[in-house]
Parts: sequence; C-alpha cells; structure tokens
Amino acid sequence: MRTVHLALVVLLFLAACSGGGDQAGSLPETTAYIENKGSDTIVNLALAWAERYQELHPDVSISVTGGGSGTGLAALINGTVTIANASRQIKSEEIESAQANGIDPVEFIISRDAIAVIVHPSNPVSELTLQQISDIYSGKINNWTEVGGEDRPIVRLSRETNSGTHVYFLETVLRLGDKENSTLFSMDTLLLPSSEGIINEVRQNPNAIGYDGLGYVPDDLKIIGVAETDSGPYILPMISTVNDKSYPIARDLYMYTAGEPAGAVKEYLDWILSNEAQEIVAELGFVPILLYNP
Amino acid sequence: MESRKLNWQEFFIPRLIKASGYSAIIFVALIFFFLLREGIPALGEVKLNVLFSQRWYPIEDYFSILPLVTGSLIVTIGAMLVAIPFGIGMAVFISEIAPRWVREIMKPLVELLGGLPSVVLGFLGILLLSPFLRTFLDLPTGLTALAGALLLGGIAVPTIVSIAEDALDAVPTSYREGAWAIGATRWQTIWRVTLPAAKSGVLTAVMLGIGRTIGETMAVMMVTGNAPVLAVKLNSLFQPARTMTATIAAEMGEVASGSTHYHVLFFIGMVLFLISLAVNIAASSVVFRSKKRAERVLS
Repeated sequence: MRTVHLALVVLLFLAACSGGGDQAGSLPETTAYIENKGSDTIVNLALAWAERYQELHPDVSISVTGGGSGTGLAALINGTVTIANASRQIKSEEIESAQANGIDPVEFIISRDAIAVIVHPSNPVSELTLQQISDIYSGKINNWTEVGGEDRPIVRLSRETNSGTHVYFLETVLRLGDKENSTLFSMDTLLLPSSEGIINEVRQNPNAIGYDGLGYVPDDLKIIGVAETDSGPYILPMISTVNDKSYPIARDLYMYTAGEPAGAVKEYLDWILSNEAQEIVAELGFVPILLYNP
Repeated sequence: MESRKLNWQEFFIPRLIKASGYSAIIFVALIFFFLLREGIPALGEVKLNVLFSQRWYPIEDYFSILPLVTGSLIVTIGAMLVAIPFGIGMAVFISEIAPRWVREIMKPLVELLGGLPSVVLGFLGILLLSPFLRTFLDLPTGLTALAGALLLGGIAVPTIVSIAEDALDAVPTSYREGAWAIGATRWQTIWRVTLPAAKSGVLTAVMLGIGRTIGETMAVMMVTGNAPVLAVKLNSLFQPARTMTATIAAEMGEVASGSTHYHVLFFIGMVLFLISLAVNIAASSVVFRSKKRAERVLS
C-alpha cells in the first residue's frame, strides 16, 4: 500500500513537470529554427545578419551566441548547433571527431577580417614589422625603447586560447606563417576573456600592446602599421589594404554546417553571400567577401 | 478522514526530511566520483613531469597545473590577509561596540553587499581598481594577483562578517558581565572572553570565506590578467596570475569531450575539490579540539 502511494506521488510529480514543459514548448510559431554559435569575432556580424534576415523572413527564427570558435565547432561536433561560426579553419582533429559522431562539416567563407595591432594613443610607436611583433609577444623584446618608443615595460595582451583570433595570431604573427616554427606566447602574456577586456586595458594603459579584429577597434585607440619586412612598406588595416592583400594580418571568416545545408539553412547561407548581407559586413568594419572575390 | 490524512503526513514527511538529509551526502559523493572518473585519466595521458612543469598552454599540449595551483593559492592567501582581519574586526564592531541603531543598519547592509553578483564587482575591478593599482604602485599593469586578492577579499568580507557576528551575538551576556565584574577592560573582554567563546563560529566564518574565495571565478577572471605564470616569488602578488577556477571557466566550453585537455580540466577540478576538503577538515579538527578542551575545563 505504501509503495503504491509513493508511486502515485512520483507519477503526479512527473506529470506536473512534463505538463509545464509542453506549454513552454508550444510558444514559437515559426517554421524553421537556426541555432548559430561560435566565434566572438563574428558574433556581432552574425547578430546583425540574423536580425535583418528575421525581418525579411518572419517564419525563420535564428539564435546567435558567441563563446569562441572552438566552442562553436565543439557544439557542431556534438550536434547541438545548426551553424558554427569560426574565425579559423576547422582542424583535422575536429573533422575526425565530427566524423566519428556521424557529422560531416561543410565550410563556407562568409567574409574577411583584419587583425589590428593596437596601442595606447599616447604611445609614440606607430609602425612595427611582423618580426618585431613576434619578438614582443614571444618575450624577446620587453621594453618599448627596443622598438623606438619610451622607456616603458611592454604589457602583452592576448585573447584566451579558445579564441580563433589567438590561434590565428600565433600562427601568422608569432610563427610568421612557418609551420616548423614553434614559438610560443611569452608566459606573462595576459590572456583576457573578451575583446572588451583588451580594448579596455589598452585604452587606459600606456604600456600595453594588444590585438583584435578590426571591426572591434574603437577610434580612440592607436592602430599600428605593419610591414612584412623591415624595408617596409608599413600598412594600416582597412578594407582596401585587406582586399589587395597588402596588409599581412588578415584572414577569412567561416561558417560550418553539419552536412550540406538544405531548406531554411541553405537559404540563409545563400542570403549571407548576397550583396545585401555583405553590405552589413562593411558597415560593421569587416571586409566583404564579394568585393574581394568579384 | 482526519486521522487518515495525519497518517499520510506521518508517513511522508519524515521520509522527505530523511531524503533531504541523505541527498547532501549522495550529491557530494556523486560529484566526487564524477570528478574522479573524468579527471583520473589525465594522469595516464599526461606525463607527471609535464603535469608539474612550468607552462600551461593547452592548445600545444603544455599541461602544467603548477602555475594554476600557485595562482589560486596566492590570490586566496592575499584575499584572506585582507578579509580575515577586516571581516572579524567588522563583526566585533557590529556585535560588541556599535550602538544598537548602527548595528541595525550595518548588518543588513553587509548582507546586501554579500548578495552583490561577483561579476558586478569584477566590472568595478576592471574599470576602477586595476587602473588605480597601476598608477598608485607604478606597476606595468593593474591586472595582477593583487587586484584579484583585493576584490576577493571584498567578496569574502560579508560572508565572514555575517557568520562571525552571529557567533559573537550568541555568546551569553553573562560571559561579558563576568569579565567586566572582575575588572577586565572592554578590549580584554573582547579579546580574551567573547572571541574565544565564539571561536568555532568565527572559524566557520573564516572557512566559508576561504571557500567563497577559492571558488570564485568570474571576478577573478576579469581582473587577474590570467597569465599562467608560476607564482612562487614574493613579487608574484604584483604580477598577473591565472587561477584554477578561471582556467576551467575559460577553457571548458571549448574542449572536445574526452580529449586530454578535457581530462586535465577535470583533474584541476579534482585538485580544487581536494583543497576545499583539506581546508574544511583542518577547520573542523581545530573546532573539535577546542571543544574537547572546553569540556575538560568544565569537568
């Protein structure tokens, strides 16, 4: 008798729970739901796209979250998102673990981005070579006098290791694009969890050097002109210098889907590559893909 | 009808209470077994000399937990150096010295402070504290272990004050009156009578404060700079540090489940769990010993 009572209570409890769940589940009236997650570099762009697209297609609902390229790709591998945003190309290990889960990632290049190297506006240094930036971040150069600045210690700022920007900066700048090179960030490099953290510290600290996607750098910070060799030319990042490939720290931005997209997801990705969506890219400070690839 | 309802309650309520009680033990055990299951494989996948080397850089397979453990310790110790004297002092003031009306304003205020989300304090730390520390102490950057320690000290103070004040308040007035009667000054009464009488409660307050500090993540991640430097020198307090909690929070979202990095992060969680356990055991053994001595005196 007692166990029957207990079972009844448990059943009632479960019924109450599932009843609540059903009510919450029946709210959205949209026909398609796209879950979009990944790179913090892309998150603002993806949000702007999602907002515009939902205005045009009220039947599609798109949710956008950040967290870093690795986070988005991990979610794609685990099958919890529709589209993963990444500011780096998917790694071969990630493709393997995706295939182990029965998922075949498909790549889309959705825009281009330049990484700007930034310093405090009062810093007299305005030009650096890739080699100098590499030496600064690897800890070989520790004072601004060594690159023609004031007698101040250099405080190196970087994104966390789960950021695609971090990995890109490591490969392209610290290692100068050389796969054999195993230079690492100096151990005392500050790893800040957000773009905002880097911008904030560079804004108030004259010792700091940082890097971030061009779209995120506000006007009150100083952007460094970068040269590939010490003979110059030193080039500032902007749409034209990224498109003619003269600015050396620029990269493609990606979206990944699980398998070839179909239906609403395919329509959304097609729209992203249209002129209309690429105009939003330029408005946000990124570099549109169509201008680059006419 | 009435008696039937009573029976039903008699049957159900004690069991519910019992289940709640046991659930605490079950949850702790389950969490610990989960940590063990996910963390122990790290020992097989990462060589011990890598696990205890100098460098934490997981995307290139440098998995040394030493910078993280020392980072957590230096921030926690720094925070306790701020929070223990300040917290106990404030509790003594509220309970023993302040007039009644001050006390009735201060206690709720302190508890309100304890309810502030740590991420809000993190904002204050990033915008006010770290620039101030940089210019005031002439440091290369204000994002240092010291900023984390001061902020965490601030976070731990309300916890310590609130619990220590309750303990002091629970000391019977007759103790204080007895001390005054034999000519003790106010300070002597506080230091020699009230505080020792409330010792176990005050220690609990300190332990909970340490627990709050070592487990705090968000504020610390925002202000310590997160550079995984081995923090063993004296001036490490004035350098950036990376704590265990910040590492787990920053990196857990990104790892593929089942990878070496994933297991190492769980291993760090295990170390964190063991440190809290050690702190708790140390505390309860001190409290236990002092009780036995008190009992001896009484008998």
